[in-house]
Amino acid sequence: MKTIFKFLTVILATVSIISCGNNGDSKKQGALTGNAAEKVYVAPGEHDEFYAFVSGGFSGQLAVYGLPSGRLFKVIPVFSVDAEKAWGFNEETKPMLNTSHGFIPWDDSHHPDISQTNGELNGRWVFINGNNTPRIAKIDLTTFETTEIIEIPNSAGNHSSSFVTENTEYVVAGTRFSVPVPQRDMPIKEYKGNFKGALSFISVSPEGAMDLKFQVLMPGFNYDLSHPGRGKSHGWFFFTTYNTEEANSLLEVNASQNDKDFIAAINWKKIEEYVNGGGGKKMPANYAHNVYNDETHSATSTMKKEVLVVDPTEVPGAVYLLPTPKSPHGCDVDPSGEYIIGSGKLAAELTAHSFTKMLDAIENKKFDGEAYGIPILNYEDVLAGAVKQPGLGPLHTEFDGQGNAYTTFFISSEVVKWKLGTWEVIDRKPTYYSVGHLMIPGGNSRKPFGKYVVAMNKITKDRYLPTGPEVTQSAQLYDITGEKMELLLDFPTVGEPHYAAGCPADLIKENSKKFFKLEENKHPYAIQTPEEAKVVRNGNEVHIYMGMIRSHFTPDNIEGIKVGDKVYFHVTNHEQDYDVPHGISMIGANTSELLIMPGQTETFVWEPKEVGVWPFYCTDFCSALHQEMQGYVRVSPRDSSIELSWSLDGE
Amino acid sequence: MKKSKILMFLAALLPLALFVFPLWNITLEAPQYPIPLGMDIYINDFADTHPHDIKNINLMNHYVGMKYIPEAIPEFKIFPAVIIGMSVLALLIAFKGNYKWYLGWLILMVLLAAAGIYDFYLWEYNYGHDLDPKAIMKFTNPDGSIMGFQPPLLGTKDILNFTAHSYPQLGAYFLGAGMLSAFVAFLFGKKGK
Repeated sequence: MKTIFKFLTVILATVSIISCGNNGDSKKQGALTGNAAEKVYVAPGEHDEFYAFVSGGFSGQLAVYGLPSGRLFKVIPVFSVDAEKAWGFNEETKPMLNTSHGFIPWDDSHHPDISQTNGELNGRWVFINGNNTPRIAKIDLTTFETTEIIEIPNSAGNHSSSFVTENTEYVVAGTRFSVPVPQRDMPIKEYKGNFKGALSFISVSPEGAMDLKFQVLMPGFNYDLSHPGRGKSHGWFFFTTYNTEEANSLLEVNASQNDKDFIAAINWKKIEEYVNGGGGKKMPANYAHNVYNDETHSATSTMKKEVLVVDPTEVPGAVYLLPTPKSPHGCDVDPSGEYIIGSGKLAAELTAHSFTKMLDAIENKKFDGEAYGIPILNYEDVLAGAVKQPGLGPLHTEFDGQGNAYTTFFISSEVVKWKLGTWEVIDRKPTYYSVGHLMIPGGNSRKPFGKYVVAMNKITKDRYLPTGPEVTQSAQLYDITGEKMELLLDFPTVGEPHYAAGCPADLIKENSKKFFKLEENKHPYAIQTPEEAKVVRNGNEVHIYMGMIRSHFTPDNIEGIKVGDKVYFHVTNHEQDYDVPHGISMIGANTSELLIMPGQTETFVWEPKEVGVWPFYCTDFCSALHQEMQGYVRVSPRDSSIELSWSLDGE
Repeated sequence: MKKSKILMFLAALLPLALFVFPLWNITLEAPQYPIPLGMDIYINDFADTHPHDIKNINLMNHYVGMKYIPEAIPEFKIFPAVIIGMSVLALLIAFKGNYKWYLGWLILMVLLAAAGIYDFYLWEYNYGHDLDPKAIMKFTNPDGSIMGFQPPLLGTKDILNFTAHSYPQLGAYFLGAGMLSAFVAFLFGKKGK
C-alpha cells in the first residue's frame, strides 16, 4: 500500500513539473521549421498521401483526415446521432442505433481498425467499437458510411475492441468490465469469482457481413486492449488485463496491488475448431444486429436471441496467461508476429513477450500456477526483453516495419522510439500534452507504412487559441523517416482523438462511390422520375413521394393536409452527378433536415400542429437557383373536407 | 483483282464503321466539372461520354432556356439508311462499274456529307438559339441582342463558364477514309486505263 502511494506521489509530482515546465519549453522549441512546413504542405487541388480515420472518443463518431496535411474531410456518424446528416433522425437510419436497451443516440467510439488481407491493409472497411453500450460498427469505405452495427451481449465497457485478424476472419471485441453472465440481481461485493469477462469473436464474411460466432467466458478481470497475432502468430489473439485482483470498488488502488497482471493469449483457431465441431453452449441472449442497405437506402434492426459461449477450461491448449507487470494497457504485436508488447502503465519498464518462447513454454509445460483453471506461464520463460527506463506511464506501441517501435508515455507526455530485439531507446520527442494512442498507417499490420506517426493528445492547454473552459484535443504529426523523429504539425480534432487507423489513399480513393444509381434504388417509397410524384393518404398518415432535382421539388404545392396528420416526406434526389446533394427541411418538424445524395431516398416525419401555409426548402446550397428551391404545404383544420392535391407549376 | 477495285470495295465497307464508332463529339469543360461533360453523336444515337452526361448537360442548359437534347431525331433513321444505301451502291459500282463511276459515287458522298454537316449546323443553331422565353437566366450580347449558346460546328469556343469542344470522332475518320479510298481508286482506275 505504502509503495503505491509513494509511486502516485512521484507521478503527481512529475505531472505538475511537466505541465509547469512545458509552458516555457514548447515555445522555445518552435518545432515548425520551414522544412517541416514544406513536408506537410499539400498544394491546393492536390491530394494527401494517406487517409487517417480518427475516432472521436466521446463524440461517438469517426473523423476522416488527410495526412500529412491534417485537413479534415468528413465526420462519419457512427454511434451518435448527427443532425447534419440526419443520422438517427431520418426514418432510414433510426434502426442503426437500436439496441437491446432501445434507441440510443450516443456512444463512446474508440478503436478504428482497417480490414486486412494476408496481414496487410486492404482498404475495404473500418471497424470501430462503441464502448458504453457494447457494439461494433462497420464503415464501408466505398461510401464512407456506417453500414452495420452489432451489439455485444454479456459485455460492458467494450474496450479491448475492435481489432481484426490477419484476413479479417474475425473482428474481436473484449469486455473491459466483467459482469454477471447472465446478468442477474446479486450483491456487488460477490464480484470475485462470480463475474465473467466475455471475449467476443465476430466473424466477417467475404462480403463483410458480421455475425457473433462465439464468446470466450474468461475470469472476471478487466480486458483492456488487444491485438491479433500475425505471420507466425496468426491464429492467436492477445489481450491485456488489469484488475486481476477482481476488486469491485476504488479500483485505482485496489486494482493496482498485484505486481503482475496478465496478457491473455487466446488460440482462436483452436476454439474455432472446437465450436465448428459442435463445442460450446448456446445461451439465451438479446442483442441487436443492424444492417444498412445501399439499395433500399434503409436500415433494418434484428434482435438476436442466442449466443454461443465457450468455457476456456473445456478447450485444452486454447488459453494461457502471460504475467505482465503492473496493469498493462496497450497490447501490441510487431509486424513479424514474434513480439507481444505489454505496456504496464504503472511499471518502470516496457515488457516484450516472445511468441516463440511462449510456444516453447507451453510445449514444455513451464507453468507457474493457474487462474480459474487457465494455465499461467512463467514470466521469465516468455520474456523476450524489456525496454528499461523508457518513460513514465507507457500506453501504446506501433511499428514502422524497419525494426523500430514507437511507444507513447502518458505521464511523461512523449513518444519514444526504440529498437525491437536490442530494446535500446533511440529517440524521444515530447507531445503537447499527455498522449494516449499513436498511429502509423498500417502500424499494427504485417506491412506498416513507416513515414509518419500521429500522436493523439488528451490535453492541449495553451497550444491553440483558447475557446473557453473546453479547448480542443489534438493530434500531432511526426516524420519518422530519419533516425530521429521530427515534429511537423499540430492539428485539432473532433471530440477525443482516441485512436486512429491510417491507410495509403491509393488503396481507398479509386473505390470511392460518386453517387448512387437511381435505377438501383429499391427504397419502397422511391420514385424513379419526378413524374411519378404523388401524395397518398392512409387514415391520418400521409405519404408524400417527392422528387428533387436542380432546382425544384416535385410537387412543391401540396394541399389537403390536416392538423393531426402524420406526414411522411419520402424524398428522392434525382440527380445523377458527382457532388450534387440536396437537402430538405420543413418549418416546425421535430427532427433534423435531410441531406440526400444523388440517387438516394430519405424520409422525415412532420406532424403539423397549426393550420396555415407552411414552407419547406432545400438546405444544401445546390445550384445557382438554390434559394428558389422551396415549396408550400397548406394545413387545414382537422375536420376540413379539402381533398389532397399536389402540383408543380400548376400541373 | 485490280487495285482500284479493291480500293472501291474498301470505300464501300469503311463507312459501315459509323454503326460502331461515333461520328462526332461535343465536350463541355468547366471548373466545376473536373471530368468534363460529353456527348458522342452516332449516326443513330446521342450517347453519354460518361454515364448521365446528357442528363447533366440538360440540367445545366435548362437555366438558360435551352431545350433538352432529344432522345431521338429523324436523322437517326435517315443517316443509317443513307450510309447503307451508299455502301450498297459502292459495292455495286465496285463489281460492275468503271472508274468514272467511282468519282461519281465520291461526288455524291461529298454532297451528302455536306448536307449532313449543314443539317447538323441547323440543329446546333436551333438548339443554341431557340430558347424558352421563360428562361431562368437571360443573357444579352454587348449589342443588346439575346445571347445564343450554339456550340461550335468544328473547333473550340467559350460559352459563359463552359468551354465547348466539337470534333469529329473515329466514325467520321472511317467515313473520310472511305471517301479517300474511292478517290484513290478513281486515280488508279484512270491511270490503269
